[in-house]
Amino acid sequence: MNFDFSDDQKLLKEQVRKFLTDKCPTKVVRRVLDGNETHAEEVWKGLVDLGVPGVGIPEEHGGLGLSPLELCVVAEEIGRSAAPVPFDTSVVLATEALKLAGSDAQKKKWLPLLAAGEAIGTLAIAEGPQPPKPRSIRTTFGGGHLNGKKVPVADGEAATFAIVLANTGGQGDRAVSLAIVDLKQAAVAKKRVETIDPARKHAELTFKDATAEILGAEGEGWRTLERLYDAAAVYFAFAQVGGAEAAMWMARDYALQRQAFGRAIGSYQAIKHKLADCYVKLELARSNAYYGAMMLTDGGADLPLAAAAARIAATDAYDFASKENIQTHGGIGFTWEADTQFHYRRARVMALSIGGPMAWKDKLVTRLEQKNAA
Amino acid sequence: MDFNDTPEEAAFRKEVRTWLDANATRKSDDKQSFRARNDDPELLKKAKEWQDKKAKAGYARITWPTEYGGRGGSPILQVIYQQEEAHYLVPLGFFDIGLGMCIPTMMAYAAPEHLTRYVKPALHGDEVWCQLFSEPAAGSDVAGIRTRAERDGDGWVINGQKVWTSGAHYSDYGIIITRTDPNVPKHAGLTMFFLSMKTPGVEVRPIKQMSGGANFNEVFFTDVRIPDSQRLGKVGEGWKAALTTLMNERLAVGLPSGGLDVDELMELARDTDLEDGPAIRNQQVRGKIADWYVQQQGLKLTRYRTLTALSKGQTPGPESSIIKIVAAPKMQDMGAFAMELMGPAGIMKEEVPHAAGFQAQWIGGAGFRIAGGTDEILRNIVAERVLGMPADIRVDKDVPFNKLGKG
Repeated sequence: MNFDFSDDQKLLKEQVRKFLTDKCPTKVVRRVLDGNETHAEEVWKGLVDLGVPGVGIPEEHGGLGLSPLELCVVAEEIGRSAAPVPFDTSVVLATEALKLAGSDAQKKKWLPLLAAGEAIGTLAIAEGPQPPKPRSIRTTFGGGHLNGKKVPVADGEAATFAIVLANTGGQGDRAVSLAIVDLKQAAVAKKRVETIDPARKHAELTFKDATAEILGAEGEGWRTLERLYDAAAVYFAFAQVGGAEAAMWMARDYALQRQAFGRAIGSYQAIKHKLADCYVKLELARSNAYYGAMMLTDGGADLPLAAAAARIAATDAYDFASKENIQTHGGIGFTWEADTQFHYRRARVMALSIGGPMAWKDKLVTRLEQKNAA
Repeated sequence: MDFNDTPEEAAFRKEVRTWLDANATRKSDDKQSFRARNDDPELLKKAKEWQDKKAKAGYARITWPTEYGGRGGSPILQVIYQQEEAHYLVPLGFFDIGLGMCIPTMMAYAAPEHLTRYVKPALHGDEVWCQLFSEPAAGSDVAGIRTRAERDGDGWVINGQKVWTSGAHYSDYGIIITRTDPNVPKHAGLTMFFLSMKTPGVEVRPIKQMSGGANFNEVFFTDVRIPDSQRLGKVGEGWKAALTTLMNERLAVGLPSGGLDVDELMELARDTDLEDGPAIRNQQVRGKIADWYVQQQGLKLTRYRTLTALSKGQTPGPESSIIKIVAAPKMQDMGAFAMELMGPAGIMKEEVPHAAGFQAQWIGGAGFRIAGGTDEILRNIVAERVLGMPADIRVDKDVPFNKLGKG
């Protein structure tokens, strides 16, 4: 039985954690939340210097060529610090999409730029109200040109390229394809949109005959997206576990220090049991996330189920810890000055960005049915 | 990451399997249990025979030192033996308390001649032990017990009552926590002893549980005389001894195995016809199935993390403290939900497939949430020991026991 990370992986985790503790304390999250900048550029640059964007990129494309396990431990630390950097978009979604569906030429072009931090990628799926589905996508791609509007797009302003879900004219699930588009062209307009988490900037992207090329086969967009989301679900789960743990300890530290009715509020069972429940959800999430990581690494047949379970458990753990952290703080926890808001906001953004719990639960049961039928 | 054995573990597993194949019958599927197949009044006798066989082969207590009949093996080998044994139709459960809690306490406190006398018969299943701790007025707050032990010449006289004593009705010996000094605060006035359940003045009355079973007992002590040589630890230090026992209890009360789980719930949901089609297509039903699957997997995988630490010779982290907190309510809630799916017939014992099984979970879950540490006490333990939060403020801390409120 060897269901744990290796010493080397734990060392990497410590290294990233130390860097983020030093360079990305909560005042940096607050600066981006309050300010105009698209992301914390100096933190991102430091992560690039550490090699973070290249962790999962093969050496032949300028990356470190490490396994998904290494990227998982990094994700946990990014989540713990709630760092305002394009990690989930560029390092997870865009990089994995290219690895999954990119042609050799596309990989050769984009992966070295991603690894070196010279390109920032993002994924553009949603088109305003209504959860995205193949039949609802209005953005079109044909003849090498992309037309339409995507919103909200995480890191849309900071990104230098995007992978876009667009209608290519097929039937049913095959109506959509993925296209890769350079955002540094005049045919692309970017506009910032207000969201619940100003520490992670989002944008509206408008394409008017923008030059783009297809990523993967035509009509395969939805299927590729499903596979991409399975991988992303595991990395997101680690980030959510990190965030949940940070929120739990923030609540615990406050509960030890805050006095009410002549004693620390952390001595009341109402608080203790609430935080014990945070811990229970956190460990369920951590165990499910580990299995997701293991399946991702082995190309395991159980990945679709493991990813869904990891996603559901981690979303629940992060939502719960981040909201009970505010509750434990009482009134001060609801102020703009309090650090409690960072995880509360991030938890919700992460819960919705690759499909919410309701959708993942449905997927999980579908996959269980398929597994049982097999 | 992998779930594989180390070469040493694999070799041991193979050895165990070979021995079990030669000495027991393999189950046709893992849900089968010895008791279900064979509702046998002579179950205890068969369990004793099996225990003796195991002890002779050196599998009864793998982590114990060889001088006590163990093999000085690592905890992971003990786990591997139990994993393999679970695939065979053998009678289990009678010796867990004795070997898991009572005898380890004896090893910590009893005189060498007593160990020579008692350990081997316990290991071989010749003598069964029980743990006499809880009382009508002392459940979660075990240190509040009132059973008295008073000096009488060379010995002690015990008067009082214990309750929830598993297996007292077939036990030969027990370890008992008593109050020897009511004039000091409650933790300071306790002393532990062991005694024969045949000692004059000991009376065992089974308690019929809500589930219909009767594994627990009330045990009454009326002028029970025992020699001072049966004392375990110093007078007034019984709480320290009790902690040794209870530390082992949380390890012994593990996951209930072989019960119905998500697979059976899905089967039921497929076969249940709701107004708008099969229940398995209903989003509320799917949401519940997904939640319980995530818990079921989370428990199994959390256990794998603990086993990983054991396999590497490390002390496991605190993650296993979540297991009963999750497993017990899940058992109760899933049982109740499955019955709801069956419609009005969900209350009938045999009408719907799996009805009896899910009803047993619903009933059993109510007990499992209490046994071996209630949901609430376990949350206190997680908060205090894992999260480092303060213990509750105790109004009885410095008050002599006989000045405390009763009730």
